[in-house]
Amino acid sequence: MCGIVGLFFKQEIATSALGPLLAGMLSQMRERGPDSTGFALYGDDAPPGAFKVTLRAPGIKYDWATLEGELAAAFPLARRAQLYGSHAVFTIATDPERVFAWVNTHQPGLDVFGFGERIEVFKDVGLPDAVAQRFGLAQRAGTHALGHTRMATESAVTTEHSHPFSTGADLCLVHNGSLSNHNRLRQALRREGIRFATDNDTEVAAGYLTWRLRQGMSLTEALEAALADLDGFYTFAVGTRDGFAILRDPIACKPAVLAETDDWVAMATEYRAIATLPGAAGAEVWEPRPATVYSWHRQ
Amino acid sequence: MIEVDLAQSSVRALNQRLHRIGPGDDQRHWRVVNPNGAHAIAVGLTAPLHVEIRGHVGYYCAGMNAAATVVVDGHAGTGLAENIMSGSVRVHGNAAQSAAASGRGGLVVINGDASARCGISMKGVAIVVGGSVGHMSAFMGQSGALVVCGDAGHDLGDSLYEADIFVAGKVASLGADCEEKEMTAADIDHVATLLGRAQIAADARRFRRYGSARRLYNFHIDHAAEY
Repeated sequence: MCGIVGLFFKQEIATSALGPLLAGMLSQMRERGPDSTGFALYGDDAPPGAFKVTLRAPGIKYDWATLEGELAAAFPLARRAQLYGSHAVFTIATDPERVFAWVNTHQPGLDVFGFGERIEVFKDVGLPDAVAQRFGLAQRAGTHALGHTRMATESAVTTEHSHPFSTGADLCLVHNGSLSNHNRLRQALRREGIRFATDNDTEVAAGYLTWRLRQGMSLTEALEAALADLDGFYTFAVGTRDGFAILRDPIACKPAVLAETDDWVAMATEYRAIATLPGAAGAEVWEPRPATVYSWHRQ
Repeated sequence: MIEVDLAQSSVRALNQRLHRIGPGDDQRHWRVVNPNGAHAIAVGLTAPLHVEIRGHVGYYCAGMNAAATVVVDGHAGTGLAENIMSGSVRVHGNAAQSAAASGRGGLVVINGDASARCGISMKGVAIVVGGSVGHMSAFMGQSGALVVCGDAGHDLGDSLYEADIFVAGKVASLGADCEEKEMTAADIDHVATLLGRAQIAADARRFRRYGSARRLYNFHIDHAAEY
């Protein structure tokens, strides 16, 4: 099952409408995915030379202040940490690889949920209203966002196995469906230097796109290549720093609806999530075709 | 006319009201506003009601319909008029996958496009689509007619039993055991009648007919003793 949603504002300027609207969309998808909820927000840019990283601690009582001190001793922090209970966003002016290596060595219990100039990734076990509340989603601004409500089918109900999955800078993916060739593909991608944190099938799809983008493909080209290389059922919604894309498998088993107005593009597993958006009644609404990439990109 | 606002009332309350209407009641004409993609609107109707829905509906709208006329002034989600028995269901916009699935009778009209698997396992329903249908339409169709004024996607009529398929536009590909058949004068009359009932203007002579070649396992005489 699972429910996925995406909202992409066409204008460059971050809007405070994003968080509350995404929370409303996710709330409509609760029956499709009561196990866990996650979302990726594309908010303000990190300062030049810096990147944002979303870290997740095993519990909400984690001592982020101490970690911030330790990180500041190791790297220049471009901003104060932003704390959201079990999650925290650090903005660090260095090479991300150095930070990942540091976390691995000094704080191996922390998970890196996403990194890049804009992306922040939050996910947890629970119903969408509760998870949105936990991370203050309704107070968050941004240009675009993806969300997911999960009904687990192929791996455990844990925060780590929740979507979105982010495997490269500013790239994330949410998925409704299941992949059947993810084990073999994960092995192949690991040899190409893609890192995986879980045994989840969706993470492999995210890793695959990261690999293709690294080869110089556009997001559309990467998704077209995925049609040949990924076996299984899927409706994907993909976010990049300035882009948003949708792909359904050739059989189109998993539902999807797209809607577009002059101001926004929205995607959801069911229309009722889109119906909550301002202007939805006048939006152009259609079902994306099988094996067809739909993408939008802000210049 | 009775108007029900789904911003105020639940779908369950609406459906219970529609189900309670008895033969002597004169509350025949209903209008539903603010459907906002809700599922299972106007399912299981058994009285000759006229229900108009203003806006887009979610899954299974007008499922199991018998005798009633349901009109959606918008798009419909998965499983429109699933297992329709009689009466009619019309969608002014597009319908998502599996429209009129396993329908046993009545008429389903989609003025726009229908998505994949339109008329899957149809068992007597008449379906008229003003636009095009997606892949695997009429899959395992057993009886009834599917009329498509636009194009049909891949694997049309796969594993068909006895339903008739009429397509005016292009067919991307035929499914297993589906073949083109002769379009007789009786077939042209049949299509013209269905287009008339659907109130869709199209020339019945432009349609081509597709049906079962009857070469799959279940048609083979050697397997008759298996049943």
